[in-house]
Parts: sequence; C-alpha cells; structure tokens
Amino acid sequence: MAKVRLRLAGMRQALEAKADPYRGTVSFGGRTHRVDELEWDAPIGGAMYGVALNDQKEWGALSREMNAPPYQKPPKGPVLYMKPANTINAHRRPVILPDGVKHLQAAPALGLVIGRTAARVRREQALDVVLGYTIINDLSIPHEQRHRPAVREQARDGFAPVGPWIVPKEEAASMSSLTARVYVNGRLVQQADPGRFRRPVEQWLAEVTEFMTLYPGDVLFFSWPADAPRVAAGDVVRIEIEGIGGLENEIVPEQGGDER
Amino acid sequence: MRRARVAWNGTVTEAEPLDDGRLRLPDGTIVGELDVVWLPPVEPGTIIALGLNYADHAGELSFAAPKQPLFFFKGKNTLIGHRGRTVRPDGVNMMHYECELAVVIGRPARRVKAERAYDYIWGYTIANDYAVRDYLENYYRPNFRVKNRDRATPLGPWVVSHDEIGDPMALRLRTYVNGAVVQEGYTGDMIFSIPYLLECITEFMTLAPGDVILTGTPKGAVNVQPGDEVITEIERIGRLINYIVQPKEEE
Repeated sequence: MAKVRLRLAGMRQALEAKADPYRGTVSFGGRTHRVDELEWDAPIGGAMYGVALNDQKEWGALSREMNAPPYQKPPKGPVLYMKPANTINAHRRPVILPDGVKHLQAAPALGLVIGRTAARVRREQALDVVLGYTIINDLSIPHEQRHRPAVREQARDGFAPVGPWIVPKEEAASMSSLTARVYVNGRLVQQADPGRFRRPVEQWLAEVTEFMTLYPGDVLFFSWPADAPRVAAGDVVRIEIEGIGGLENEIVPEQGGDER
Repeated sequence: MRRARVAWNGTVTEAEPLDDGRLRLPDGTIVGELDVVWLPPVEPGTIIALGLNYADHAGELSFAAPKQPLFFFKGKNTLIGHRGRTVRPDGVNMMHYECELAVVIGRPARRVKAERAYDYIWGYTIANDYAVRDYLENYYRPNFRVKNRDRATPLGPWVVSHDEIGDPMALRLRTYVNGAVVQEGYTGDMIFSIPYLLECITEFMTLAPGDVILTGTPKGAVNVQPGDEVITEIERIGRLINYIVQPKEEE
C-alpha cells in the first residue's frame, strides 16, 4: 500500500488516497475502489519538460550520428523538449492516432513532480524540490531528426498520458529500483530502469534550474526511448513503474476533423 | 480595448492604459505608469514561438528561409512585464533582443481555417524574445538554454484587441537600444502569415484562451550589454521597455 495523490475526472483538486498496485485498488473517503472502475484525470496541471538524450542506450546508438552534420558534436547542456498543456492525458483515456499516421512511439518515462519553486538548486539538495513520482507515456510520431524541435511529432493533443497518481518521494522506493515495464496488449515488450540514465536526475535538476525556474506542479521527465515500442490503432499500452503504479491507454483512430 | 496587468498597492489588477500614459484601474482609480509594477498582460498556458519567420533575419543568421514554420515552445518562467530587468549572463559574447508581434488567443482553437483565424484571436502585444547565442547547440535548436531563460522574454506593456489593431499584417516594428534605432521591420514581411500560422498550429494542437504565439523577428539582431535600455516598439500597440543587467545586480 502506498499513499498517493490522485485526481478523478471532474475534481478540481488532487486528493490523498492509498493505492495497492498489486490488487489494482485505491482507497479514499473510507471506501476501496478498483482502479479500472474510476474515471481518471491527470494528477498534475503544470508544464511538462522532457530531458532528451538521457537514455544511455539511445546515446550509444546515436554516437556516430552525433558527430556528423547537422549535429557536429554531442550536446553539452541539457536537451529539453516540452509537452504543453494540450498534450496532457489521463489513465485509461484514449490516445488519438492522427489521420495518415500508422504508428506512434510510446516511450515510458519517469516524471518528477515539482513540489517547491525550483531555481538554481544544488545537485546535493535537488530532490528537496521534488514532491513525488509519476508515470508518463511520452508519445510521438516516430521521427529521426533531432536538429529542430519536433513540435508536430511530440505536442499533439493527448500525446502525454500522465498518472494514474503521484507517489510522494518519501513513499517511493529508491530511484535505482524504479524499473519500468511496457506491455502492449498484455505482452511485455520493454523493460528499463534508471541505471540507463546518462546522468542522475539530481544533476539534471541542477543543470535545468540553473537557467529556468520550475514551479510546483511542473514535471521534469526522463524517458527510455531506445527500445520503446511502436504502437498502432487498437493497441493498449500499459506502462508500469515498480512501486509507482500502472498507466494504461488505448490508441484509437482519429474520427472526422470537425472544428470545435 | 487595451488591457494591462499590474501590481499596485499590494494587489494584482487589470488596468486600462490611457492616452496620457496613466492607467485606469477597474474601480476608476487613476494611477501613474511609474506607480505600478507592470506584469505580463496575459498568463499563457502555452507559448509557441516561431524561428526564422522573416526572410531577412534568416539571411542574417545565414539560414535559408524554412519551407514550413519552425516552432518551439517556451515556459512561463521566461516572461516579465514592461520596465523589467533581464540578466545578461557573465562571460557570453552574443545576447540579442528580438522584437516580435505576440498574438493572444481568445477562444479554444482547434482545426481553425486561415479564413476564420481572426475570430479566434483576442488581441496583440509586444514580445522581446532575447536569445543568448553562446549557448546554441544543434539539438532541438533553438535549445532551451538559448531561448527559455528566466525573465528573458519581456511581454507587454498591454494587449490591444484585434478590432482596434485592424490588420496585424501591416504593422511597423522597431527596436531601440539606448535611443538609437537598431532593428526595423514590417509584419507584412513574415514568411508565414498569422492566419496561416493559426491554421498550421491548430491542425495538430488545441490552443486555449490566453495562449500566445510569438511570430518571429525581422533583421537587426545586435548584441546588448548590461546598462542598455532596450525598447521594442510595434505600431498601434506601443513601446515595451526592458533593461539589461549583470547577474550580480540581481543577487
């Protein structure tokens, strides 16, 4: 049982609950519910920044390419990308596969939810600004180029399911044991852990907040894209991170193109 | 309609700029422009910016004009209001201003056709989208360390509604450093027009009321130094003042 913060559809504020990831239940207000019978909303509402090229396995695969044009050399500073507000999606809500697109890359990611305004944090104290952890399905239209921001590929509506909840860092196991497993239609297709991160998250927090402030509710996330699955319409993607929970979404085809 | 956001007398309030430079608060109180702290006039959820949207600026940076818009995102950490201070980091060689027309969205916008784009626009303001070029790296360029720095995107002084602007594709832009004109342009020279950009962006993402599109800058990017007063000016909107300072002045 872990104490978690969650938000159901229609709730303005997050509430505290107890989750049992093994039984698939969550308890609050004196009642226990099956996770699958609730309607979920994302547990965060801030800005989401991804740290790219942090997956050692991806870095290794790109080492030649990074020394050739247009890159010339590997990056020194953090390479960040943003998943803006329109991309935020929730547990068990559909992900729309755009017309004319066959596959999406579904990269599992560990999200650090910021709890305190974070500017110029020192590496040694970096985790003090973190409220807790959540799971992100970092969806994108597969693309090779990293020279320009991949806005059209990464920032589509609903391309960042988050949740189901936040596990406060005091409740979570140590960083090294936060193993991610990705299942597509129930079959295990990827397994990865923070040992694959090129630099520890504390160091990224220090490097990022050296020039940009993160606010409570913002998320800095770390994905494992190297061996992430490609998924198609009808696929159900479930990302589990040990001790955090399981985030599940179905990929559904786009229907019509009506203007709202 | 013109709308500013200011801090005055311990509170944050909307304010209407008057022709004599003073401000009228919602309850009718009149205050002087130096009696308030100017805040960014909107609090956008999403800021989407354009790189290289004027052919002359692309040429200046020795890039070919892009075939499709080059978009990047910015966080709210970057915004400051009129008369704010922006830090030039120690030891850098090139930090330049970028005078840009900022479009403020008025209604949820998804799959908007260019012909109807102006129905979704609340108004316009001025952005000065500073870049520190020393930090450029060739990944997801312009990378965040160049373009997403704290308080390095002055926005304001106020938003002017679309009806009061008329045609946003016919506005003169000008930047002054310590009183001298250093950058001049015309919004009609954008490679991708505002209606086209709105169609292009909302084809893949929904914009919400208050979201901001920064439409790029024309030629004339010149290095600035601590102590400089930088004024970005757009016809029919106004003048956005910013001061460049050293890091130690802010500590």
